[in-house]
Amino acid sequence: MPGKLKAKIVAGRHLPVMDRASDLTDAFVEVKFGNTTFKTDVCPKSLNPQWNSEWFKFEVDDEDLQDEPLQITVLDHDTYSANDAIGKVYIDIDPLLYSEAASVISGWFPIYDTIHGIRGEINVIVKVELFNDLNRFRQSSCGVKFFCTTCIPQCYRATLVHGFVEELVVNEDPEYQWIDRIRTPRASNEARQRLISLMSGELQRKIGLKVLEMGGNAVVGYLQCFDLEGESGLVVRAIGTACTLDKLSSGSAPNTNTHMHPNTAPASNACNSPSKDGKESPLAHGCRSTHNSPVHSVCSSQRLSQNFSVSVPTLIFTGMGSGGSAGKEAGPLRTLLRQQTQTALEQRGASSSGLLLNAREFPFFTLTSFPPGFLLHVGGVVSARSVKLLDRIHNPALGNTRSYKLLDWNSVTADEPETRDAWWEEIRQEIKSHARALGCHAVVGYSESTSICEEVCILSASGTAAILNPRYMREGCLDIGCTDHRFEEPSPPNCGFCHIPYDELNMPFPAQLTYCYHCRRQKVPDVLFTTIDLPSEAAVAGKGCLIQARLCRLKKKAQGEANATAISNLLPFMEYELHTQLMNKLKLRSMNALFGLHIQISVGENMLLGLASATGVYLTALPAPGGIQIAGKTPGDLSSEHISSIQKRINDTIAVNKELYQINPPELAEEGVGSPIPEPRHRSRLFRSHSESSDELSELDLSHGKKDAFVLEIDDTDAVEDIHSLLIDAPPPTGFYSCNTENMPGISNWTSGVQMFTSVRVLRLSNANLTNQGLNKIFTDLCENLLKSFYFKLRSMIPCCLCHLNFTVAVPEEELIQVTVTAVAMTYDKEQTQEKTAEKPINKGSLEAEEQLQFPLELCADSSSSNIQTASKISGVGESTNMSPRVSSLERCSPLQEGRSRSLRSSRSFGGSSVTVVKMTPLSFLPGTRIIKYLGIINMFFIRETTSLREEGGVSGFLHSFIAEVFAMVRAHVAALGGNAVVSYSMKECVFMENPNKNQAQCLINVSGDAVICISETDQESSASTANTGQTGGSETDGAT
Amino acid sequence: MSVELDVFVGNTTIMDEEVYQLWLDGYTVNDAVKVRMEGGVMDECEASKDVLLSDTMDQYRTFQMCERLLHSPAKLANQLLFQIPPHRQIMLIERYYAFDDTFVREVLGKKLSKGTKKDLDDISAKTSVTLKSCRRQFDNFKRVFKVVEELKGPLVENIRQHFLLSDKLARDYAAIVFFANNRFETGKRKLQYLSFQDFAFCAGQLISNWTVGAVDNMVEDMDVDLDKEFLQELKELKILITDKDLLDQHKSLVCTALRGKTKVFIEMEGSFKNLSRGLINIAAKLTNTKDVRDFFIDLVEKFIEPCRSDRWSAADMKLYLTHYTNSAHILDTFK
Repeated sequence: MPGKLKAKIVAGRHLPVMDRASDLTDAFVEVKFGNTTFKTDVCPKSLNPQWNSEWFKFEVDDEDLQDEPLQITVLDHDTYSANDAIGKVYIDIDPLLYSEAASVISGWFPIYDTIHGIRGEINVIVKVELFNDLNRFRQSSCGVKFFCTTCIPQCYRATLVHGFVEELVVNEDPEYQWIDRIRTPRASNEARQRLISLMSGELQRKIGLKVLEMGGNAVVGYLQCFDLEGESGLVVRAIGTACTLDKLSSGSAPNTNTHMHPNTAPASNACNSPSKDGKESPLAHGCRSTHNSPVHSVCSSQRLSQNFSVSVPTLIFTGMGSGGSAGKEAGPLRTLLRQQTQTALEQRGASSSGLLLNAREFPFFTLTSFPPGFLLHVGGVVSARSVKLLDRIHNPALGNTRSYKLLDWNSVTADEPETRDAWWEEIRQEIKSHARALGCHAVVGYSESTSICEEVCILSASGTAAILNPRYMREGCLDIGCTDHRFEEPSPPNCGFCHIPYDELNMPFPAQLTYCYHCRRQKVPDVLFTTIDLPSEAAVAGKGCLIQARLCRLKKKAQGEANATAISNLLPFMEYELHTQLMNKLKLRSMNALFGLHIQISVGENMLLGLASATGVYLTALPAPGGIQIAGKTPGDLSSEHISSIQKRINDTIAVNKELYQINPPELAEEGVGSPIPEPRHRSRLFRSHSESSDELSELDLSHGKKDAFVLEIDDTDAVEDIHSLLIDAPPPTGFYSCNTENMPGISNWTSGVQMFTSVRVLRLSNANLTNQGLNKIFTDLCENLLKSFYFKLRSMIPCCLCHLNFTVAVPEEELIQVTVTAVAMTYDKEQTQEKTAEKPINKGSLEAEEQLQFPLELCADSSSSNIQTASKISGVGESTNMSPRVSSLERCSPLQEGRSRSLRSSRSFGGSSVTVVKMTPLSFLPGTRIIKYLGIINMFFIRETTSLREEGGVSGFLHSFIAEVFAMVRAHVAALGGNAVVSYSMKECVFMENPNKNQAQCLINVSGDAVICISETDQESSASTANTGQTGGSETDGAT
Repeated sequence: MSVELDVFVGNTTIMDEEVYQLWLDGYTVNDAVKVRMEGGVMDECEASKDVLLSDTMDQYRTFQMCERLLHSPAKLANQLLFQIPPHRQIMLIERYYAFDDTFVREVLGKKLSKGTKKDLDDISAKTSVTLKSCRRQFDNFKRVFKVVEELKGPLVENIRQHFLLSDKLARDYAAIVFFANNRFETGKRKLQYLSFQDFAFCAGQLISNWTVGAVDNMVEDMDVDLDKEFLQELKELKILITDKDLLDQHKSLVCTALRGKTKVFIEMEGSFKNLSRGLINIAAKLTNTKDVRDFFIDLVEKFIEPCRSDRWSAADMKLYLTHYTNSAHILDTFK
């Protein structure tokens, strides 16, 4: 399908002065696509040139259209010497290639130079005309839509979910080519930017092809990453979930989003959602509250392939095992050691042989939230890590035939991608087998990541084992065989996902289960860990909160295999300890489930950093968590007063946290659940491991053996330290909540205040003789102080919640720790929250029905449209009936919303400002608005370098302006597409290098997101829906019980 | 262990007005942190000193990056680097261009040159405005001066449009530019009792009555320079003091009008000739640039001081000048 690309250069403004003599610039523009270049006339002596060029036309293959960016270079004409480049603009024209997205790209783009940053702006118009193509053997995949959003995008409906798609492409890194020694830093940076842009395009096209072959039309949860492997090259890889999406008619559009309208979503999907059946679920009283110890299973495998690689023992978290049940006393680490010799996996054939096969082979989903009824049961977190040595890659392409042509990446043989493919293949197989072990046929919330230090690379993958409703699946996509009849009967939507998917009699790990506290029909674990978002229909008590486990482990500096072995030996201990911390902190907050769990392990030359973030929540379907008991190892070790004082502190903290997060689960008459004071049978054990060296392994085991569960032993000073570190996690100040998931459990009545931010902090460790304990403290303080800074900076937004807090850690150099955080602060209406939470604990069906009626009526007595909507919500009438009133009410604005948003919204009337306000958020939605159109994916890569670091305000000044510039360029591109917001925004990469002695620094940033058009909803609507959010599901079951 | 790098960037640029004012006032980061701590902001959000320091540094960096844009405020509205809500933009500009009356009093009427800039440390010491703040204010004056110097049209309006300032601030800048352009001497000890606002009022009057623009606002440079023709014509007033008949006639007209209306009538009558001579002499000399510069000092010495020693009130002065002008119009010579 060849196409015609047309570009027009209109004007420039705020150009830099290039001619010192005249204080002016003689600017002209080169427009390049593929190998064709056009030039505009020189616009002499102007800093605000008007070129108004003709339309430059490029006739190109659609394959090129997908791969190549449009490259615009602004230059200063010089009669006698070479023309000086002012800067460049790369425009990704992919959004123009599918009909539903943008039709034209037009607007002001910042002119970017990798050395000087933004230097003025240029106004460009770009259009594409595509010709229809009937070629079956095409290499392009125009028309496949890409979404970063990890849920089914608003205004779309998923008719089929096809499954996992993945691809990676490899090339030499221009920075490490021989030519880099003789060319300027600018040329090198630009070569790199352009190469990555090309590789991203190619990758996207290839994934698109796979999707087309599978019969899909979109990729949701598209996650693209770069591995800067240094000498050994550059890997761009991506994963996603292939889907067939149907665009919904505009009228019913707002209700397809599972986040924003959890209560209305089931209605719109009523035809195929089994969730409705939940109402009739029979009563299942009388279950015993048995002590339910958490589950912790460890699998490991060490594999030898042609490359050196160490597969790290993997933990499956569904909770954590204390070995409570008889006969399964083996501590996790013993299990771990026993399983160290797992047989190598059967060598898989070429990965491309049959895409359907591939999808079936890896029933993975990058989505983190699902349409109601999609997710049946959740098993627990599965993860796998593997340590690889990069310099051992068998790669003749790089060794011998070094390509002298700069961007000739096709000359790199196909050998290398396959090496990388094989690596990921292994990991995915492992994940799959873990999921199987949990009795699950699918992995949801799946993601992959790497951490590279010199020649060592840790590959990680994690997800949540789950059982999905086959109704939504393409036939043959899931191996349904393993589902037994238990799952054929429908589960109530608000607790069904908690029910164990594995066979109770044949559990993959030691665990004790209880009957579900909601339906009392099926078993649930006592603690649930997942990587997905909290399902909107889940019944929760109180609010959620961010829970982080942080860990530093020193390691000896080493080279090659020794280094890799050392790292892989450390990894299981780190995972284990992170997990212990998470568990303890969870209990300390009196919660019983983690969502959005993300564990990052970052490798440096002399240390490993581990950071686990998740959102803790109290699921009412799960048993109440027990407290934490303190005990001395031997009597008289430490004074009993000391122990009791610590015990008191812990109990106090639990009580305070219960208050803070408003955890008041419905009291059950026959049991004493929810009591903060641990009864003997409810005591939980706090694990400690001393994982510094393998000699201590035997001791490790002791801590899981025959002792009472959930007892924290104070056996040495380290233990005291650990307890202290548990307790120093300060709760957020009044008015703030925080979470790392898409929706904040317990808060849904958002108002329109939105502030997305990125923060980077780098700490230099001056003292080389630090201990693990000391490092832990430093690292913990670093994270805590960052959070404190955010709270302080955003205090004007109170009451507000920091959502999608995404921490990334790195060890850029020896003695440096870098933490990068991206999050969004959103304001909410406090009044309603209080009302809601007050009523929440006694959410009886009758009450609820009344409330549903009254609330909207009171709030918007004058709004007939909302009344209609309310009625439809209750009766379950299809949303299509609301079409016209909804549209008519769009223009209305409530005074409340305006008052709050004044500071963040644009007023277009101001002083002829031509800049569109573009909101950005890492979430898939913007509160108070609904997305009416997805304009395409934003995926941008920038390099910034300086040789005058001091003059630019030092490292902080340099990075501050670079991040601001990246934001500006993202906003400009979105505005040019006609959009006014970016959702699912993320900063994938922020690699910062400095050399203060040489006054130099360099930074690479990769950002992505979905450009959208959103329009504001009326306040009536949002308040009506938020008032009921999160309750509907709960009340339905409560009423039935 | 030390924080090597610490940045926080919001999609909507976060700016604290209090910190902005501290930055404008030329406080160092550490001093600003101290002031903020004393202000009690720490209690608001359980913040520590480190948090405050980090926040202050971030904000200072943001302001420094914005400063370039504030130099041409129109750019702030259509730049892409910072997403700043419009009402915040207005606040940023207005505060950036705000100045201390004590400082401006010191440089009023001085040439806005490098030489004056060198003296800023003395002024800083004298006015206890920080040197940094002095420099910003001085550079603002200079920048506004340079821009409007080359523009046609009404001075106040030009300033308002180019620098997006409020009407009040634009008028003050007009006064500063006007004084700087005409180099009126304001620094003499005898003039010390006059505040900037006093001079700004005079400037407003001079601009609307004595400049070319006052007559025809399409003429170049109209508002900044005094109308040469008008000054030339003032010479003709000399007849009021040189012609004895006319002087007497004028005096009697004024005195008739004033009689019974003021307590200081005797003094007014007694000093009429001296005062009239003083005024007319000042007016007649205004064609000389040197004498224009001394306009205010002359006015004070030759006219205001004698009146003050006779204990005239402000109302007396107004009354006297009204009748002085009106009576002159009645004289045959000026009909």
